[in-house]
Amino acid sequence: MDQAIPKRRSGALGDALFRVAAFSAALLVLVLLGAIAISTLIGGYPTFAHFGFGFLSKAVWDPVRREFGALVPIYGTLVTALIALVLAVPVAFGIAVFLTEVAPRRLAVPTSAAIELLAGIPSIIYGMWGLFVFAPFMANTLDPWLSDTLGMVPGLAPLFSGPPLGLGMLTAGIILSIMIVPFIAAVMRDVFRLVPPALRESAFALGATRWEVVWHVALPYTRTAVWGAIFLGLGRALGETMAVTFVLGNSHDFNISLLAPSTSIAATIANEFTEADSPAYLSALIALGFILFVITFLVLLLAKLLLLRLAKQGAR
Amino acid sequence: MNLRKTHPRGRSRKRLNVIALGLATLATALGLVGLASILITTLLNGAAALRPSLFTELTPPPGAEGGLANALFGSLLLIFVAVVMGTPIGILAGTYLAEYNTYPKLVATVRFINDILLSAPSVVIGLFVYQVIVWPSGHFSGWAGAIALALILLPVVIRTTDETMQLIPLSLREAALALGAPKWRVITQVIYRAARAGILTGVLLGIARISGETAPLLFTALNNQYWSTDLSRPLANVPVVIFQFALSPYESWHGLAWAGALLLTLLVLVVSILARSLLREKAE
Repeated sequence: MDQAIPKRRSGALGDALFRVAAFSAALLVLVLLGAIAISTLIGGYPTFAHFGFGFLSKAVWDPVRREFGALVPIYGTLVTALIALVLAVPVAFGIAVFLTEVAPRRLAVPTSAAIELLAGIPSIIYGMWGLFVFAPFMANTLDPWLSDTLGMVPGLAPLFSGPPLGLGMLTAGIILSIMIVPFIAAVMRDVFRLVPPALRESAFALGATRWEVVWHVALPYTRTAVWGAIFLGLGRALGETMAVTFVLGNSHDFNISLLAPSTSIAATIANEFTEADSPAYLSALIALGFILFVITFLVLLLAKLLLLRLAKQGAR
Repeated sequence: MNLRKTHPRGRSRKRLNVIALGLATLATALGLVGLASILITTLLNGAAALRPSLFTELTPPPGAEGGLANALFGSLLLIFVAVVMGTPIGILAGTYLAEYNTYPKLVATVRFINDILLSAPSVVIGLFVYQVIVWPSGHFSGWAGAIALALILLPVVIRTTDETMQLIPLSLREAALALGAPKWRVITQVIYRAARAGILTGVLLGIARISGETAPLLFTALNNQYWSTDLSRPLANVPVVIFQFALSPYESWHGLAWAGALLLTLLVLVVSILARSLLREKAE
């Protein structure tokens, strides 16, 4: 008995120490998020204070005269992400339907694995492919074709005007879409698998085709989570740096044409950070980082809330 | 007589079904072809630039021939230090989420925020490390780069540890507790052992995630043209070399960038496949 008491005490001490260590590590996650927001806000503060709201609404970017307005990078970020979503969502939806409804297990498992593996390829590889393979293809083939077809449609013409350089928001948007397809497809596939079998089987018993089960049963049941998957992809596309930096052309001149060089928030930071030779320039770039962080945080927050909703519904 | 077969609406429904599912199959083929073409381009261009001098010579000055020895070493060092720093903290945090239930709201919040950090843009994490380490210290450094990578690895390890430990049956914990073991010994000696494969998978997935990260290293480790093992100075690394060389006008630099891209892709694929096979082993 006498020996058991100190032993138990050491257990209590060990328990307390381990608990505190684990607790601090978990708390670090929250601290980290706060610290990222605060540090970039502090770094960008001189810019926000000096330019005020004009930083968001002006399209001037003149490091020499130290005048900074982030309209072009913000616009470029939103437009490239939007192009990426418009192209990626139907393809990702198709892949998710294929994996859950069409493919036999023997085919679905390796296809799933391949798509997940490809999702892990570093974004700089997409960037290189974009620069050396895809941008020339755009310049020689797709850009001129678009100018000749859609560029002739009144109303759409300004979007597809200008010389075919192969660098610009359309090129970046297409590469981004290839990048986010696996992410969105994987989440959608997992979401579709949450549809209760009883629900699907009832629909089949009523004579519904597979497609009708997808469209009239699975999709309505998982609608919020499917939106969650889409917003998750949007979050990725907004913050992606390397895949777009190579092919955007890094131009701060505002141009409505999707074929003209532009820039995005992440690309501006990556391209110009090492060249930032004045505190004002550096602060402007960090301010851009803060804006990017806030935008992606809100988008990812929404995505997670939408995804959680289905998880809770399934648990009930 | 046989209404269902001849009813026009039934036929059009079936036709729609075939068309829609056909399009879904086509979408999968399209996605796989697009992704495979990126992979094949990298393999072909990278293989053309592969030669032994890659591993023995330093990154060359503009236009000259050379290798990637310093960048390869720097990358491995950065990844190693990031794993050593990030893994223990990640495992501890994951343990708290899975094992301690005193503050369920806190646990739910940390899980939620961790999932957001998992997808947060890495370029912003680089800026953060620049703000808190590079700027106060006055220079770019390998340490800053490793810390940035560790911060990107952290959420991956936390999530997989948390998920794996939640799958360990309660009876295992109860059996160990019934033998009189204090909770921390139950966790470190019983649960960790049972969750080993899952936690290792998390670390491997984390390595796959950080080995190609470029943007955060631009503001932290930067680059170094020379051989350096000093973490307190700028450190060469493959992703930043690829970035700088690919955007240069020199043919020889382009070749090295492709070679670096190939090595990077192979590393990521091998590590990911290893992680997946570990998971499958556990499932069987």
